[in-house]
Amino acid sequence: MDLGRLLQALVERGVLLRRIMYVVLAGLVVADILIPSKYDRFPWESIGGFGALYGFFGCILLIVIAKVLGHVLLYRPEDYYDE
Amino acid sequence: MSNVLHPSILLFTGALVLTLLRGRWQQGWLLLVAAALVGVVFSLPAGVYGATEFLGIQLTPMRVDELSLVFASVFALITLVGAVYALHVKDTTQHVAALGYAGSAMGVVFAGDLVTLYVFWELMVFTSVWLIWCRRNPTSMAAGFRYLLVHAAGGVVLLAGIILFYLDTGTVQFAEIDNTGIAFYLILVGFMLNAAVPPLGAWLTDAYPEATVTGAIFLSALTTKTAVYTLIRGFPGTELLVWFGVGMALWGVTYAALANNIRRLLAYHIISQVGYMVAGVGMGTIMALNGSASHAFTHIFYKALLFMGAGAIIHMTGRAKLTELGGLYRYMPATFLLYMVGALSIAAFPLFSGFVSKTMVLEAAALDQRAWVWLLLSLTAVGTFLSTGLKLPWFAFFGPDKGLRPAEAPVNMLVAMGIAAFFCIFIGIYPQWLYAMMPAPVDYQAYTSGHVLWELQLLLFTAVGFFVLIKYAGGQPKITVDTDWLYRRAMPAVVGGIHRTGGAMWRAVLGALMRKLTALVATVSAHHGPQGILARTWPTGSMVLWVAILLAASLLIYYL
Repeated sequence: MDLGRLLQALVERGVLLRRIMYVVLAGLVVADILIPSKYDRFPWESIGGFGALYGFFGCILLIVIAKVLGHVLLYRPEDYYDE
Repeated sequence: MSNVLHPSILLFTGALVLTLLRGRWQQGWLLLVAAALVGVVFSLPAGVYGATEFLGIQLTPMRVDELSLVFASVFALITLVGAVYALHVKDTTQHVAALGYAGSAMGVVFAGDLVTLYVFWELMVFTSVWLIWCRRNPTSMAAGFRYLLVHAAGGVVLLAGIILFYLDTGTVQFAEIDNTGIAFYLILVGFMLNAAVPPLGAWLTDAYPEATVTGAIFLSALTTKTAVYTLIRGFPGTELLVWFGVGMALWGVTYAALANNIRRLLAYHIISQVGYMVAGVGMGTIMALNGSASHAFTHIFYKALLFMGAGAIIHMTGRAKLTELGGLYRYMPATFLLYMVGALSIAAFPLFSGFVSKTMVLEAAALDQRAWVWLLLSLTAVGTFLSTGLKLPWFAFFGPDKGLRPAEAPVNMLVAMGIAAFFCIFIGIYPQWLYAMMPAPVDYQAYTSGHVLWELQLLLFTAVGFFVLIKYAGGQPKITVDTDWLYRRAMPAVVGGIHRTGGAMWRAVLGALMRKLTALVATVSAHHGPQGILARTWPTGSMVLWVAILLAASLLIYYL
């Protein structure tokens, strides 16, 4: 059960972890801007921080599209196929 | 098969002997067969064995080469993992089905000709369906029958293609299939159905979530990946497959974002991940084909690990819906951590296995200057991490506590997950081990600052997006309709409609006939009935008349 207690201790320090994550996120974008990309097959490969933008907006877009599709077309009650 | 042991024979014999054993002996035998399988496959020398002629057709029941060994190796390893995971199960049928199913999949990857391939292809269906039925409830019985029927239909298409191919070319040798028209497309459709390419893929997400907890591990590994193998072998560079692959990748992540059942969510991510492999086959370059084969290899471990984690939750709590789960991390911490290894692998975090294979498919797209393929497959990576790495673990292991207090999963389940997790990390850290197995030399460097920075940004900012929209990202107590709606709702409705309108029409026709008949009877009885005009001379008068007629007739006959 030690593993569980360890995880619980981490969860209780959630605010601290979140702040650390913010620093990591910012650091990643800064690093991507500073370190020149070795790839130039596509125009966006040399834009620093493009991955961050693509990840964030891609995620928002996917959730929105999926939910709209769900409510307009795909969702059914759980007993839909029951005889 | 003079010098080597065909792994299928080992597994089929192993399955037969297993039926005689019970308890500890059965467990021991199961492990022994699975371990022997790993040994046999990893020591198979390349070559062609048992070539023979049957009814004038040249058959090659066993062909061992680099490509078949890639798939056979990972099948063998995952069979061992699956056997450990299922060790506590006291259901002989399931163990026999699992070994038979693995043996059939081995038969497919070692088949050197299409006839042998077809036989094992069908055997795979008939062995694997028991892993669904053995859950022994009405839902899984029905799902199993649908699984059987869809694969039976796919098998017929494949067989038709093989026959036409033989008539066209005079050979059944299984190599790259030339586009000779209809045979090419029939075989392709047969393979694509097993690869779960939409719109032919709904059987997978319909059946896998209803399989037994342990059976789902074998299912998640074998059927779709044998299909990927056959596509790599038969259809490299088929442009059509690039777009089917990209389409199925996005199809899978979209449905997964809506899923509430944890194993259905993971099943949709089989479809999305196989999308990378199918797209790689379509691109057909050496980099792309190596990427597809590598991704199949890593996928089998992390997907099995994810299914094992989800299975452990279902085994311990009896629940499978995100809306009914939550707060499990304190009670199943080992399951949670092992699951996360799988989640980070499928999401392609650096140092985990998916990173070294998924980025290879993307690299192939980049080298080919396929911008849309690259962007859309990257979007799939976002959706993959969103559902398997954030949504599922957040709402099952964290999220609102639903008062569940399960114990940790049984030791054998954790050990099996540990083995799979080991391979996920090992391949992630030491990709050369994987690359050395590939059919063609791998000229690819996964760990460059460009790849690592790109993936880390992509995935970590996906997490930001998830937490921004967390109110909308969870599961809802609903189901989604997929193309299985066609045969579960639309076609029954059409048939039912035909039955009803046809029945009504038949009754109307019969009614009209009956009215005519009744009228006729009434007319006849009006004339011939007791009160009828013709009835007055009835008994004697007509008797005399008929006797006269008969006499006249007999006279006539004699005269002739």
